Amino acid sequence: MKRKSLIVLAVVVVAAIGIFSWFKGSYNAMVQRSETVQAQLGNVENQYQRRADLIPNLVNTVKGYASHEQNTLTEVVNARAKATQVHIDIDDAEAMARFNQAQGELSSALSRLMAISESYPDLKANQNFRDLQTQLEGTENRIAVERRKFNEEARAFNTYIKMFPRNLLAGMFGFQPMAYFEAQEGARTAPEVQF
Amino acid sequence: MIGAPFRFVFVLWTSVLLSFSALRGADADLPDPMSPRRLVNDFAGLLAPEQRQALERKLVDFDRETSTQIAVATVSDLGDYAPSDFAQRLHDKWGIGHEGKNNGILVLVKPSQPGSRGEVYISVGYGLEGVVPDITAGRIIDNEMLPAFRDGDLYGGIDRGTDVLMRLTRGEFTAEEYNDRADGGAAVVMLLVVLLFVGLSFFNRRNGRRGGNGGSSAGGWFPPIFMGGGGSHGGGFGGGGFGGFGGGLSGGGGAGRSW
Repeated sequence: MKRKSLIVLAVVVVAAIGIFSWFKGSYNAMVQRSETVQAQLGNVENQYQRRADLIPNLVNTVKGYASHEQNTLTEVVNARAKATQVHIDIDDAEAMARFNQAQGELSSALSRLMAISESYPDLKANQNFRDLQTQLEGTENRIAVERRKFNEEARAFNTYIKMFPRNLLAGMFGFQPMAYFEAQEGARTAPEVQF
Repeated sequence: MIGAPFRFVFVLWTSVLLSFSALRGADADLPDPMSPRRLVNDFAGLLAPEQRQALERKLVDFDRETSTQIAVATVSDLGDYAPSDFAQRLHDKWGIGHEGKNNGILVLVKPSQPGSRGEVYISVGYGLEGVVPDITAGRIIDNEMLPAFRDGDLYGGIDRGTDVLMRLTRGEFTAEEYNDRADGGAAVVMLLVVLLFVGLSFFNRRNGRRGGNGGSSAGGWFPPIFMGGGGSHGGGFGGGGFGGFGGGLSGGGGAGRSW
């Protein structure tokens, strides 16, 4: 009789330890993966910030050569102001869409600005402008790369927390699937800057 | 009763596997590195064998000396990719540079063909973005590579471009100094470089007289030649012993031009 209850106790203890270590392992892995995604999100934001930082200099340079293009210049400045006000929230697909929208508008305003340089040979030949062009192109590349890497990390995280039986645990601890950066039209090929 | 959750798990697993294969599929159309492992992967066959070997030896020595990996890839077709996209993905796929340091550079060349322009892109790993900023990468292409490429001298352009990249990453001059030189401050920089060389050789001679260094610095840059290593690849090729790419990553840094 006594032996029997000991066995039951041992089984319960072993099961409890097993469940606990499974909880611990899964929970920590979720935390770790979510941190990786957050870090990658930081990389994306840095690149957007970097682009925003380039713009004042770019606008000033273009202004010196193409003051007639006031409209295009104003559009870029406004789009930049708008884009820097919208922040990313990866738990909120709508906020993410707003962010994408604002940054997308800035992208198209910028490509219009770069396009007008074609009609100003002096501007095109200006070394400072060419450098800014190179930097802008590089920044667009980096944005595309970091967004792609973010999507890969987010997809790995989402898959992880949606798998049975981990999904029960994820629901219990409030881990939400993260939103992706939707591809914009023409995002696959970075804006081409010709010299 | 038991069947349902199992089927659920099975479906999930299949979708996960599918999504992974889809992920991998994104890079599947990019070439694998040539075997045996090498830094100069001349898929388009633009270089004569002795040119390829000279370039390979230079870059492998540089990798041994500094652990910075400068790889060259030539392709005749970029597929649907933009040059920047192709270069960045190839950089990550091959893992050029060392893990954690991300100190790799990929020089990608697509020759001009009837109906399509030539493309050249220098992809800079995360760890070297400070040493080779985009502007500098662009100017290396403008000043060193494109003039030769336009004359049809692909080897000369790649050789000169990689020379400057090596000197930049070794710290012989900074990106600003190189940019200034490209702007026309050539004389000043030349003077600095000459002074640096004089200083270095003086320093070397003094060290040599002291005689304490054994073989490590004697004779300048002569890396010890060891063949094979772990024997994972038999004997090596040509100059021998490129140990393989180290898993370095890039984030879209660098610059490219068409010609």
